[in-house]
Amino acid sequence: MTKTEVPPEATDGPASAPVTRRRLTGNPARAAAGSGRMAALLVSPTLLVLSVVVAYPTLMALKESLYGPKGLDPATGFISDTEPFVGLRNYADILGEAGDRFWNAFWNTTFFTVVTVGLETVIGVAMALIMHKAFRGRGLVRAGILIPWAVPTAISGLLWRWIFNSDGIANTLIGHQVLWTTEGFHAKVAVIVAEVWKTAPFIGLLVLAGLQVIPKEVYEAARLDGARAPRQFWHITLPLVKPALLVAVLFRCMDALRMFDLPYILVGAQKHSVETLSMLAQNEASNVRFGPASAYAVLLFLYVFLIALAFVRLLGADLVGGGAVGRRPRRRREVAA
Amino acid sequence: MTTTLSARWRSGLLYAGVVAVVAYCLAPFYWMLVSSLRRTSDIFDTSLVPSPVSFENYRAVFDPAQGFGRALLNSLVVAGVTTVLALLLATFTAYAMARLDFRFKRLVLTLVIATSMFPVVSIVVPLLKLFTDVGWINTYQAMIVPSMSFALPLAVWNLTTFFRQMPDELEHAAMVDGCTRGQAFRRVIVPLAAPGIFTTAIITFIAAWNEFLIALSMTNRPDMQTAPVAISKFTGATTYETPFGSQMAAGVLVTVPLVVMVLLFQRRIVAGLTAGAAK
Repeated sequence: MTKTEVPPEATDGPASAPVTRRRLTGNPARAAAGSGRMAALLVSPTLLVLSVVVAYPTLMALKESLYGPKGLDPATGFISDTEPFVGLRNYADILGEAGDRFWNAFWNTTFFTVVTVGLETVIGVAMALIMHKAFRGRGLVRAGILIPWAVPTAISGLLWRWIFNSDGIANTLIGHQVLWTTEGFHAKVAVIVAEVWKTAPFIGLLVLAGLQVIPKEVYEAARLDGARAPRQFWHITLPLVKPALLVAVLFRCMDALRMFDLPYILVGAQKHSVETLSMLAQNEASNVRFGPASAYAVLLFLYVFLIALAFVRLLGADLVGGGAVGRRPRRRREVAA
Repeated sequence: MTTTLSARWRSGLLYAGVVAVVAYCLAPFYWMLVSSLRRTSDIFDTSLVPSPVSFENYRAVFDPAQGFGRALLNSLVVAGVTTVLALLLATFTAYAMARLDFRFKRLVLTLVIATSMFPVVSIVVPLLKLFTDVGWINTYQAMIVPSMSFALPLAVWNLTTFFRQMPDELEHAAMVDGCTRGQAFRRVIVPLAAPGIFTTAIITFIAAWNEFLIALSMTNRPDMQTAPVAISKFTGATTYETPFGSQMAAGVLVTVPLVVMVLLFQRRIVAGLTAGAAK
């Protein structure tokens, strides 16, 4: 949840830096080589750690997903101590025999992602617009807006479980008795409300940062040309905050796709209506069924990877390190248009 | 809001909006605070202020049977060690990313971002099996190692932003004065980047402190659980009633340090986000 950051902005263009550096050291070739060696030295510990804690487990999950449980070997009838190689049977089971549970979790995950990110974006942008216009009490608003972000997701799950209790405040406010945390569509609603509460403010904060860099002259020019508020919003504000917003949305999507804490605590494990892919994989693993658990984990990984890839194709240079490259020309273009 | 509305109406609407935003953000948190201060007997009250104010729930939280003190300590150790390790590695890497020119820089940055989007469960499943085999279940390292998978990319990402915002000239001046690049880094960059490093430490710490899935999977003994896991497993007087009061009290206790930190550093993060663009 905290990973939603605006990409690093290059300060004064990467192109100018090496030139100055070379002039200082004298020999350009030697300087470049030294810089490369130093970079390798500085970067390799991080890469090493990431390959141990991320790449290696991923490969292990891939391998594990091809093995069955210990115990009775179906082919020979003997009890074996090692896990038998079963090929793609775990995947076949997941998509076939146990397919209901997988596809249910898949659709829950997708539904939660689309709905929560959609709502968060709308609410976040609205919050940012209000905060941007308000002059008094801006610090207070900004501090308040960070509080849902700081509350641990697990705690917010408990908090909302209490709010959505059968005798809780939510039912008192709507004057109905809804058993929010039991199976059914209302459980999905509860999860969505809690998730949106926690994350919309942060999108708001990032969009606000984007709004503050739009020069006032642009709006003045638009006003002189007779553009009213809604038109200004669609044709100036939105295009100009779009890069910041898209990055925020990407990170939120990735975060929502791996949703676990909130449905797990708010409604519970193995609840059909809110079970996500992360919950499914964790549940199988905690029941020592590592084969199917790994297969679920691999499928979730592939799903996240494909969505991320689609985003990167869509965003292109805006996303990776190209903060300055992707943004400034675009800004000029849009303003000129 | 159209231009036909008078200025007074507009500002009125605006402040109504501001109040709505603040209420939206704070109301649920306030409800947690209020509920934690009620007596067990009037926990279902719906009054906006608790009457009478009672610290019964807070006493229940620190009942030795709940082991909440130990859980807080566990959280502190796991989140603290994760933060220190991540910061240590990330400072060097982020410096290289922001200041040095090298091949594969883009690739490295892409990899770091990619890992930060990684579904944690995909590494928890295989690591759970590995740690079961080597007897690491219920140990701190079993929680710290997987936590690095999200803490390290987060720290690298944030620090790279901070290092990029610092003017190149400082370092060049130090090097002209006879410092090596290493000395320039140690004596000029690190002290100047201290606020950025500190802010990154807070963000990383909050992320590690809030972690739930890893801590839940890697422990099964109550004395090794971190605070979020322990609170989610609080038991009431009977197994049928959920002890909402003490859960809310414990929730407040876990959240308040973070809220205080956020209030202190909120100006920094907003400044950090806008500084690059202002230049």
